[in-house]
Amino acid sequence: MTSTHEKIQPVEGLAKHSDEELAARAKAMESILVEKGIIGSDAIDYMSSVYENEVGPQLGAQVVAKAWTDPEFKQRLLADATEACKELGFSGMQGEEMTALENTDDVHHLVVCTLCSCYPWPVLGLPPNWYKYPAYRARAVRDPRGVMKEFGLDLPDSVEVRVWDSSAELRYFVLPQRPAGTDGWTEEQLAALVTRDAMIGVGDVRHPEG
Amino acid sequence: MDGIHDLGGKQGHGPVVHPEDEPVFGSEWERSVLTMFPAMALAGAFNIDQFRHGMEQIPAAEYLTSRYYEHWMHSMVHHGTQAGIFDPDELERRTQHYLAHPEEGAPKASKPELVETLKQLIPTGMDARREADIAPAYRVGDRVRVRPDASTTHTRRAGYVRGHVGEITHAHGTYVYPDSSAAGLGDDPQHLYTVRFDAADIWGDEPGAANTVLHIDLWEPYLTTP
Repeated sequence: MTSTHEKIQPVEGLAKHSDEELAARAKAMESILVEKGIIGSDAIDYMSSVYENEVGPQLGAQVVAKAWTDPEFKQRLLADATEACKELGFSGMQGEEMTALENTDDVHHLVVCTLCSCYPWPVLGLPPNWYKYPAYRARAVRDPRGVMKEFGLDLPDSVEVRVWDSSAELRYFVLPQRPAGTDGWTEEQLAALVTRDAMIGVGDVRHPEG
Repeated sequence: MDGIHDLGGKQGHGPVVHPEDEPVFGSEWERSVLTMFPAMALAGAFNIDQFRHGMEQIPAAEYLTSRYYEHWMHSMVHHGTQAGIFDPDELERRTQHYLAHPEEGAPKASKPELVETLKQLIPTGMDARREADIAPAYRVGDRVRVRPDASTTHTRRAGYVRGHVGEITHAHGTYVYPDSSAAGLGDDPQHLYTVRFDAADIWGDEPGAANTVLHIDLWEPYLTTP
């Protein structure tokens, strides 16, 4: 590794191996796995396109919007998020058992994985880089209010913060509060307000203009 | 193990850098590495606990300064070498080849049975729950202390809760025990609980954790009576 030291470039504040080196290493691994019949380029295309085009936070947003408009669904979601999400066709890898955490006027939830990067893939897709990098994993449990402020969410001290560290194969996501001024909105309109960050708990949903 | 990966509460990592819009894959090669995870797991190179343990063995300075999928590659090479899939010299030779010929891609090959397996696996996943005829030692509402001992092997007993007393809020039943599974000792099902801690008990009166509770999922062998 020391021979490549001069090639390490800072990216997003982190010193790293160059992208060219990492690409070469990944191709070397892939070429061996292809020869041994362990992987195929069609499988790579398939899996990456699932998480690029199909499974992402837009699915979680649908779940939240449905919970905002359908009280019975919301009850089922809070009782067993895995089964409730299955009703919408969202299930599977890295979300075999999911729990939805309801924000209220008095309680705000925040999700982290301090030990690695556990994240509810079926409803949020693959995690953003900041969720996987040291700063968030270190600070979410010790300075959750400070982290939320950096994301633009300034909670009053009277609101209890509940942090969930995903240390097992249970996955958590937040059911944010429905914003005011959205009476009569359709699920589709509401889903457009639901951000990934709000379902992790670091941010707020979008609020209607005006 | 008491490694650099155990980040909860550690200071000096700076602000959370969070770009507004990020592509799902930062580089083309990340697509391959993502798919290598199920492909190599299905080939028997590792289970998820061994995979995590492999990442924990990255040298500390490198862990903090490398990209996420670089962590994955590290663990894949570690376990893939042990499983006889990768030969380190051959891997290095090919890496240098692709570094010298960046326009060249890895050879294309189809593996339709893996595509079919992924079509089934992605929407179903790999359940870690294991039925076992063991009575739980604790119930919801019980106060428990997390064992304070040091650790030299893979564990999910995060450092920041060790030695602290919390309350069990959920009793989930029996699940694969990562400490045993990572060591190749089988599933060794153990009861899993969610335990709630008062942040002030751990961090004192730091303002960032005012009026805060912390939940973490802990297996029964991690716990003892207060």
